[in-house]
Amino acid sequence: MAEYLNIFTQFQVAAAPEMGLIEDVEVGNRTTTATYSKLAGWFGNAQLGPIYLGTFGVVSLACGAVWFMIIGGWFWHLAGYNPAVFVRDLFWMALEPPSAEWGLRIPPMDQGGLFLVAGFFFLISLWSWWIRTYLRAEALGMGKHVSWAFAAALWLVMVLGLIRPVLMGHWSEAVPYGIFPHLDWTNLFSLTYGNLFYNPFHALSIAFLYGSALLFAMHGATILSVTRLGGDRELEQIIDRGTASERAALFWRWTMGFNATMEGIHRWAWWFAVLVPICGGIGILLTGTVVDNWYVWAQDHGYAPLNP
Amino acid sequence: MALLSFERKYRVPGGTLIGGNLFDFWVGPFYVGFFGVTTFFFAALGTMLIFYGAAMGPTWNPWLISINPPSVSSGLAAAPLLHGGLWQIITFCALSSFISWALREVEICRKLGIGLHVPIAFGVAIFAYATLTVIRPILMGAWGYSFPYGIFSHLDWVSNTGYTYGNFHYNPVHMLAVSFFFTTTFALSLHGGLILSAANPGKGKVMKTPDHEDTFFRDLIGYSVGTLGIHRLGLLLALNAGFWSAICIMISGTIWFDQWVDWWNWWLHLPIFANVHGGING
Repeated sequence: MAEYLNIFTQFQVAAAPEMGLIEDVEVGNRTTTATYSKLAGWFGNAQLGPIYLGTFGVVSLACGAVWFMIIGGWFWHLAGYNPAVFVRDLFWMALEPPSAEWGLRIPPMDQGGLFLVAGFFFLISLWSWWIRTYLRAEALGMGKHVSWAFAAALWLVMVLGLIRPVLMGHWSEAVPYGIFPHLDWTNLFSLTYGNLFYNPFHALSIAFLYGSALLFAMHGATILSVTRLGGDRELEQIIDRGTASERAALFWRWTMGFNATMEGIHRWAWWFAVLVPICGGIGILLTGTVVDNWYVWAQDHGYAPLNP
Repeated sequence: MALLSFERKYRVPGGTLIGGNLFDFWVGPFYVGFFGVTTFFFAALGTMLIFYGAAMGPTWNPWLISINPPSVSSGLAAAPLLHGGLWQIITFCALSSFISWALREVEICRKLGIGLHVPIAFGVAIFAYATLTVIRPILMGAWGYSFPYGIFSHLDWVSNTGYTYGNFHYNPVHMLAVSFFFTTTFALSLHGGLILSAANPGKGKVMKTPDHEDTFFRDLIGYSVGTLGIHRLGLLLALNAGFWSAICIMISGTIWFDQWVDWWNWWLHLPIFANVHGGING
């Protein structure tokens, strides 16, 4: 059983850093240095940097920073600018959306207006980052699969903070910014609408969430188990199958009667991951807009007991 | 016989843990082995008992069929079949078939000359299942604390068990587990997306290379974990999601009995700021 399982890199070699391919990248926007981290090198690549800055990256980081600072500044205000109170109450603090009587209007800053301003910067930051993922892939002549996966996550964010509140007619429906308060919101959301576990889209979302963990455990473990044979070189294995791919495929074929291919497993992975926020977003969007009580809805549709 | 074009040369004898070459053969694409026999036996028996329990139960609605554990009042005793006994035998069958399946995976790994990562990873999932059905019930003193086998009945159990401890989201280990689940899914989407985007750059373009993958991620976030590292990362994240999920429920009702929101009072009571006025908890 003295077998090397390749859990970490035992021997790190160092050479001049790789400064990246050029292709259609405007190299002037790319930083020109890179460093090494021994710690990172035990686990993955040791090289840190370079990074590409560029309009949308800078806009995204700036707006993200403003969003973060607005929330943090509000928390300082809640703490009375006392550092001890700030640290003590940090997880309890919230920047809450406007209360229901404001509808979709813009209230004064201390009654939810600040929440809307923060949300605006959050929106710009996220979509700028989305454009960045698209442009970085485009400049390297790659597909846009990462961008579309990110768009799936943004769908859920948009539903929670924008689309559903607009459909419900109240900004108060949005999720507050804060550690415990957003958990309270989640808990209350389920209670208000009759147990979210009976929301079929919530169930699908959770199934894909667990499925994603299952798939990544299966895929990560499979590839690691054939790294001795070069299995981690997935792109090469896709076009020129070696014994690593053959053994990885046969492992699952012999285990469960079916195997993905080296390329196909990444399609399974991509779909499982993106379906988590896609299904989750649908489930949230229907809640309160189309369905008021998921338990009653489940009784009407034959999957909750009539006399529990 | 569904043999892949390259499969025949891999179908060699050997690598078994038990039984020598007695069960060292395939049925269609499936490898059998001693543990294939035990897997099939326990899975079939457990499934038949579930159908038997369904037949004895009030409904054939597949969403509502439920095989319930014994009541809490009967403790850790063996229960009559229709009052939790079926659940007990089915649980035994499930664990036996899961463990058999893991050991069959070990045999297949040995036969193929590859690492044991998959069966080890599956062991974490088995641990999580055993936590819910065996370890925690034993620690709490009754099989009735485990969950029923049914599609929506097990969700009711999750809901009820969660609210037994107030808002379960305040369980710090639950926080950790959920964070690992989300991070795993996030990383999976990035890994799947990256490989597909390099392999499928669009009509008329030449397929890209691992250097493109590294460059894309360094351009995007300043770091590329690499083709080997991403699989270590994915496995680590996924196993942590399963492991901490098991821990977060194991500690509920064994070492923590109150509302989880109250667990955080230790923080508020730290002398450095416990008596400072103002804020939310002052």
